[in-house]
Amino acid sequence: MAMSPLLDDDTTLFDVNLDGTSTSEDGGYEPIPAPKTKSKKPPPYSRFTQQELPACKPIITPKLVIASFTFIAIIFVPIGIAALSASNKVVEIEERYDRECIPPIYSDHILQYIQSVGTDKTCTRRLTVPKHMKSPVFIYYQLTDFYQNYRIYKSSRSNLQLKSKADEGSELKNCGSVQTVGDEPIVPCGLVAWSMFNDTYSFSVKDKALIVNKMNIAWESDKKGRFGSDVYPKNFQAGGVIGGAKLNSSIPLSEQDDLIVWMRPAPLRNFRKLYGRIDVDLEANEEIKVEIKNNYNSYGYGGEKLLVLSTTSAFGGKSKFLGIAYLTVGGFCFLFAIVFVIIHRFKRRDIGDTAYLSWNRSPVGYYIK
Amino acid sequence: MLPSSTPYAAYLCTLLQPPLLLHQLNFAAIIFKPLGLILPVLVVGHALVLHEKQVQAFQSIKRAHSAAAATAAAVLCFAVIFDCERLAPGLIVVKVNLDNPSLASGMDSSNPIERSSSSEISFKSASRSLSSNPSRASRGNSVRTGSFHDLGSRPVRLGSRGGDSEMFSGSQKEISDEDARLVYLNDPAKSNERFEFAGNSIRTAKYSIISFIPRNLFEQFHRVAYIYFLIIAVLNQLPQLAVFGRGASILPLAFVLLVTAVKDAYEDWRRHMSDRIENNRWAWVLVNDQFQQKKWKDIQIGEIIKIKADDTLPCDMVLLSTSDSTGVAYVQTINLDGESNLKTRYAKQETISNIPEKDKISGLIKCEKPNRNIYGFQANMEVDGKRLSLGPSNIILRGCELKNTAWAIGVAVYCGRETKAMLNSSGAPSKRSWLESRMNSEIIALSVFLIALCTVVSVCAAVWLRRNRDVLDTMPFYRRKYFRDSKQENYNYYGLVAEILFTFLMSVIVFQIMIPISLYISMELVRVGQAYLMIRDTQMYDEASNSRFQCRALNINEDLGQIKYVFSDKTGTLTENKMEFQCASAWGVDYSDGKISTQNQQVRCSVKVDGRIVRPKMSVKVDPQLLELSRSGGDSEEVKHVHDFFLALAACNTIVPLIIDDKSDPTAKLMDYQGESPDEQALAFAAAAYGFMLIERTSGHIIIDIHGERQRFNVFGLHEFDSDRKRMSVILGCPDGTVRVFVKGADTSMFSVIDRSLNKNVVRATEGHLHTYSTLGLRTLVIGMRDLSDSEFEDWHFSFEAASTAVIGRAALLRKVASNVERNLTILGASAIEDKLQQGVPEAIESLRTAGIKVWVLTGDKQETAISIGYSSKLLTNKMTQIIINSNSRESCRRCLEDALAMSKKLRAVSETSDNTGTSSDAARGPVALIIDGTSLVYILDNELEEQLFQLASTCSVVLCCRVAPLQKAGIVALVKKRTSEMTLSIGDGANDVSMIQMADVGVGISGQEGRQAVMASDFAMGQFRFLVPLLLVHGHWNYQRMGYMILYNFYRNAVFVFVLFWYALFACFTLTTAINEWSSMLYSIIYTSLPTIVVAILDKDLSRRNLLRYPQLYGAGQRQEAYNRKLFWVTMLDTVWQSVVVFFVPIFAYWASTIDVPSIGDLWTLAVVILVNFHLAMDIIRWNWIFHVAIWGSIVATFICVMILDAFPMFVGYWAIFHIMGEVSFWVCLLGIIITALLPRFVAKVLYQHFTPDDLQIAREVEKFGHQRDIAAEVEMNPIMEPPPRR
Repeated sequence: MAMSPLLDDDTTLFDVNLDGTSTSEDGGYEPIPAPKTKSKKPPPYSRFTQQELPACKPIITPKLVIASFTFIAIIFVPIGIAALSASNKVVEIEERYDRECIPPIYSDHILQYIQSVGTDKTCTRRLTVPKHMKSPVFIYYQLTDFYQNYRIYKSSRSNLQLKSKADEGSELKNCGSVQTVGDEPIVPCGLVAWSMFNDTYSFSVKDKALIVNKMNIAWESDKKGRFGSDVYPKNFQAGGVIGGAKLNSSIPLSEQDDLIVWMRPAPLRNFRKLYGRIDVDLEANEEIKVEIKNNYNSYGYGGEKLLVLSTTSAFGGKSKFLGIAYLTVGGFCFLFAIVFVIIHRFKRRDIGDTAYLSWNRSPVGYYIK
Repeated sequence: MLPSSTPYAAYLCTLLQPPLLLHQLNFAAIIFKPLGLILPVLVVGHALVLHEKQVQAFQSIKRAHSAAAATAAAVLCFAVIFDCERLAPGLIVVKVNLDNPSLASGMDSSNPIERSSSSEISFKSASRSLSSNPSRASRGNSVRTGSFHDLGSRPVRLGSRGGDSEMFSGSQKEISDEDARLVYLNDPAKSNERFEFAGNSIRTAKYSIISFIPRNLFEQFHRVAYIYFLIIAVLNQLPQLAVFGRGASILPLAFVLLVTAVKDAYEDWRRHMSDRIENNRWAWVLVNDQFQQKKWKDIQIGEIIKIKADDTLPCDMVLLSTSDSTGVAYVQTINLDGESNLKTRYAKQETISNIPEKDKISGLIKCEKPNRNIYGFQANMEVDGKRLSLGPSNIILRGCELKNTAWAIGVAVYCGRETKAMLNSSGAPSKRSWLESRMNSEIIALSVFLIALCTVVSVCAAVWLRRNRDVLDTMPFYRRKYFRDSKQENYNYYGLVAEILFTFLMSVIVFQIMIPISLYISMELVRVGQAYLMIRDTQMYDEASNSRFQCRALNINEDLGQIKYVFSDKTGTLTENKMEFQCASAWGVDYSDGKISTQNQQVRCSVKVDGRIVRPKMSVKVDPQLLELSRSGGDSEEVKHVHDFFLALAACNTIVPLIIDDKSDPTAKLMDYQGESPDEQALAFAAAAYGFMLIERTSGHIIIDIHGERQRFNVFGLHEFDSDRKRMSVILGCPDGTVRVFVKGADTSMFSVIDRSLNKNVVRATEGHLHTYSTLGLRTLVIGMRDLSDSEFEDWHFSFEAASTAVIGRAALLRKVASNVERNLTILGASAIEDKLQQGVPEAIESLRTAGIKVWVLTGDKQETAISIGYSSKLLTNKMTQIIINSNSRESCRRCLEDALAMSKKLRAVSETSDNTGTSSDAARGPVALIIDGTSLVYILDNELEEQLFQLASTCSVVLCCRVAPLQKAGIVALVKKRTSEMTLSIGDGANDVSMIQMADVGVGISGQEGRQAVMASDFAMGQFRFLVPLLLVHGHWNYQRMGYMILYNFYRNAVFVFVLFWYALFACFTLTTAINEWSSMLYSIIYTSLPTIVVAILDKDLSRRNLLRYPQLYGAGQRQEAYNRKLFWVTMLDTVWQSVVVFFVPIFAYWASTIDVPSIGDLWTLAVVILVNFHLAMDIIRWNWIFHVAIWGSIVATFICVMILDAFPMFVGYWAIFHIMGEVSFWVCLLGIIITALLPRFVAKVLYQHFTPDDLQIAREVEKFGHQRDIAAEVEMNPIMEPPPRR
């Protein structure tokens, strides 16, 4: 048992022998020195066992406190400013189109509209570029209220199947309700692939089409490591209900960048996914015409769909949070530094003042000089 | 099979009474308690450390007694399993009964029914078996000391063991045929024919290679904590609940099981090794009428074995013959009970003459079943048609050594694991530390948190499902409906109620580490580390006895830092227990002047034995005048009396003289006196120094060399010492034909049997001297003598023979015979023996007192002696007001207590007012010391006066109890323990301290002169009393601070992680998706964060040893529970919530509506949490040495590496995520922001707290680092406050 004592053998009778001899032999009389048995030498000295290893012992002194708060403030404020300015430099256009892209006549039958195969779902939106957007301009689609992190959904895929052709039928169990058509496995199986986003966008400025670069929108590591170049879509979206995009079954999965992007689960219910890049600068006040194929059914669960065009900075996209947070913390630290300067100045306590020791304090209470 | 009903009932009482009395529990409570405990038992991961003990106790009971009694024990064990915390002390008391038969059933029982079947106990055994000295008043046999007899028939509650044990032993009085084992002499085949007796090979090892895995697993799962683990792991295997992968969920359990198994395996391997050595020793065994060498393990019951001098006995044997013509053999039982003196064992007259090689020996021994009572044995032997009865003096036990006897022959009766030595080898006691019990209440709080979190998640999940119930079927990420063969089925949906239940269980799985199970393993490792450091402390190594500090109990290291009461034995604990004869009063003259005079001769008189010069081993300071008198041959009355005085010292004892080699001078020999009591040894050496040297002792006579002239005295009988009479006597036939009885004993008992009408002046003078001696702190004995007339001798001899062969009530009869002959004595004188204080005791006591520890001394000595030792050990000072309570009735006790209470209140008021005015003048009479004697305690303990005594004692800074019996010692400890939650520590060295050591929260044994019984019962053992100071003030303080911090930190560490998981659960549609990789969350408490906390808890020092010893007041931090209390827990939890919020929400907001994926943000969280908790720890480390640097920074680096490795498996979704996110600036910005922001409030609070309410430890740390213009010591002297003001 783990709780048994450390020196278990000291407690068994037969090892006691050695202890016993030593206690008995000395018998209490000086003339005969006690015989030294091997096990009972004095413990060897070492700095470790005597707990005397060289060590530094930092003490929180007022100076240290003030210095460290000031230091944090000095670090944080510039970072905060940098983050804020970086975020300000980012130009972002957000366009929610899920409602606008429903023709008014269908507004009472949205689901019917979106689910029908035959209707034309093209919808045109015009966006104005607020500021000069330096290339590359990233195109994202954003979904809200879509729980890609839903536990069953997130794991509804077969990593083995995605990786190599040989494992086409492996781990199908993970894929839950989207496993097979007949007896044939679906490739890629699972709810994630099944529900792939399938709206498409095409952009034009002054009737001149902007080329959407869809190269390298997925991680290189995913393409090499997780999605096999010999795995081709099979039986995909062939079941009873079609969830989303269809895949070109002549292109291997490793080349299906949209799928790969979609398959990286988002951690929150509102998320963006990279759609493509525009490799030309967009001038301020330019009007961009976007032609949207509004295929994806976000209406069933009440989610929104947004199109986002954005440049990036070193800190990522447009987000003021980090900048504000850093400035706040830095400001607080600066404040604390000042407060402690004041405390140190007016309510001083000498470091190591023994008058504060509990046994030196008068019972009435202690005082602060 | 069933024992008669009365002993059975009594036995039940033995088992059940202590817990009932100690905890005021009734039986019903024991039964119903478990019901209320089911939940805590489930979630509180108690290690059932007691379990092993219970099983042992249970088995031994079963073996020794009857099935019915065992059932009772089983009931108790059952109760204990469920309520170990409250019953543990009770169990320990029960254990005393079983483990220490010396206490339970007595060595020389005065109990009339005991051993009534040994109808023919030989004269020698009756007269010789035991100690005979007052100093032994409190030895093992004193469970029934005289003081309890004053109680009449009133049951003694705390001392119930004595009374109960009589019943206890009564149940085994007759050997019925079923209970007996039959051993055929020299016929092992026949002996073993009917029953398969155990062979002589022993097995202390628990496991074999095959049985290791199942057995070890079985034992490990006795811990509730592991069962919790297991249940969680099993839950996770259900497909609906599989939050984690199979491997990941079993990993933690497998890890702890493996670690423990490896440790167990190593320990067991060592046991295997020692078993092998033990089993392969050689012994001489009679085979085909010749003694041949045989391995120990092959010895069988019934075989005849020959033992040579200094050999260790291979098994329990009945003596048949020895080299001594009278059949005496001397054995040393040091391995058995730790007593180093020689014990005499006897072969039966009928078997002495047989020579096994020639005479065919045959016979039958019918003996009792193996039991663990090492002082009891009963059997019958049939040899040559005669029926002999055998007793404890006829058996020699395994593990003993044969000494002083050329050879001995015996027949094996108990072998191997059935030997008494093996049955007695029990493990160390196990207790639970106060900190751990407190911790458990916090764990319950954490389990409430856990349940609350799980409830929140499952309720939210229910609300969400309900709200979206209409769209669930088509939700792309849910898609409840499953179309198969054009039929619609529900997929992965079991209805709302089931979903809620599943969510709840899943959240338990995910949040499981809220209950910090790793904490239990960490605590064990930390304690092992702490114990290692304590054992290795060179400052607690005793050179004199060559003994290191021993840590026998590993569960209570941290209790050492919270001790409030120290109960100390005096003899052997405060003093060295090296008795030195100091002075004597002979025939009314005090011969103590010589001590002071300069001509302090160190006379060593020598005698010639077998042509060799033999000198006493120990020299004694002699008084020249007395020496002159003893040498002079004159016929004056004075000389005669001095002669008689020394004759009494030399003869009236149980000393065995031994001639040993002188190491310094090879030509000479030394005379060593082996005896059970150091006092007797000192007296015998003193007599030798004055020319009365005891040279030989055999069964019937002693030879004393009186100034070169050898004289032979016949020993007709010896009335051994017992605690009722408090004296012993010997009846000697002198060479001149007279018969005299010499008596020595304690003054109180002696003056009642001394004829005061004779030599009034001498008696009065001696009384005066005795008073002087005891005031000096000397131990006194009074010696008396009487000539017996022929008729008196005849009368005595007749009744003595009758009594010593009596079947029933032998002890009582013998006592009666003794008191008949011990009367009308002539006083010869008194002896005074000094027991020196141990080195450093006054300083140690001073330190302990300054540390706010109340030192109580409990001693069997006289009040005067105790007080004088109190002064010399600085326990008492002149400043103190002494309250002395000596009462003879309950009424007077009550009055005394009331008066004393009133007085102490008045004193207190006076001292308080003087404190308030700030004048530390003489007006404050200083602290109060209470001195109370055993007789008064008899009236006070166990009734309503207890409360008053406690109130009085708690106002006193010193309590001195004199003349107390061992059980009263335990009673006093219990008195304090019952009424306060403050920690108690008992320290003692002898068997008389065992009960008090076991009663106290912490028991410390001194491995001193009095054997190892105290050590065996203790939690910690050391060589010297003064080591108590480093043990408590340094190691105790460190251990407590470290453990307290570690527990809090572990709570925090796990909770912060759980909270991060919890926040995410709220953002992941309440489905318990974890962003953090499942392997990471399992490795979190195993690899990422475990090592630093363990290392820090073993090695961090808040203050240096030097300062802790210099300012003992710093110990108060532990007494005030400053390192771990409820407030700290809740503050920590608040901090935890804040930190988890920061860790979770900074990335959430930073990456709100961005393209980040689950594994990347999960990696960020993982790293943030790990770095945060390590920085948190780093912020609290006080002394940074290189080990901490390695541990903390190493853990962070290890975490990075682990995360990278986990992200390098293409099979995981998180493939390469860490490398992607590490390339982003925002990742690092988030990380830095999280750590600083999370720690900021803690840091600010710490700084403010330290600035405005600095505690002692912090100031001391500052002084240690920077020093200060004003020295603390000067401050202390200027303004002495004996006790730090309570701050709680």
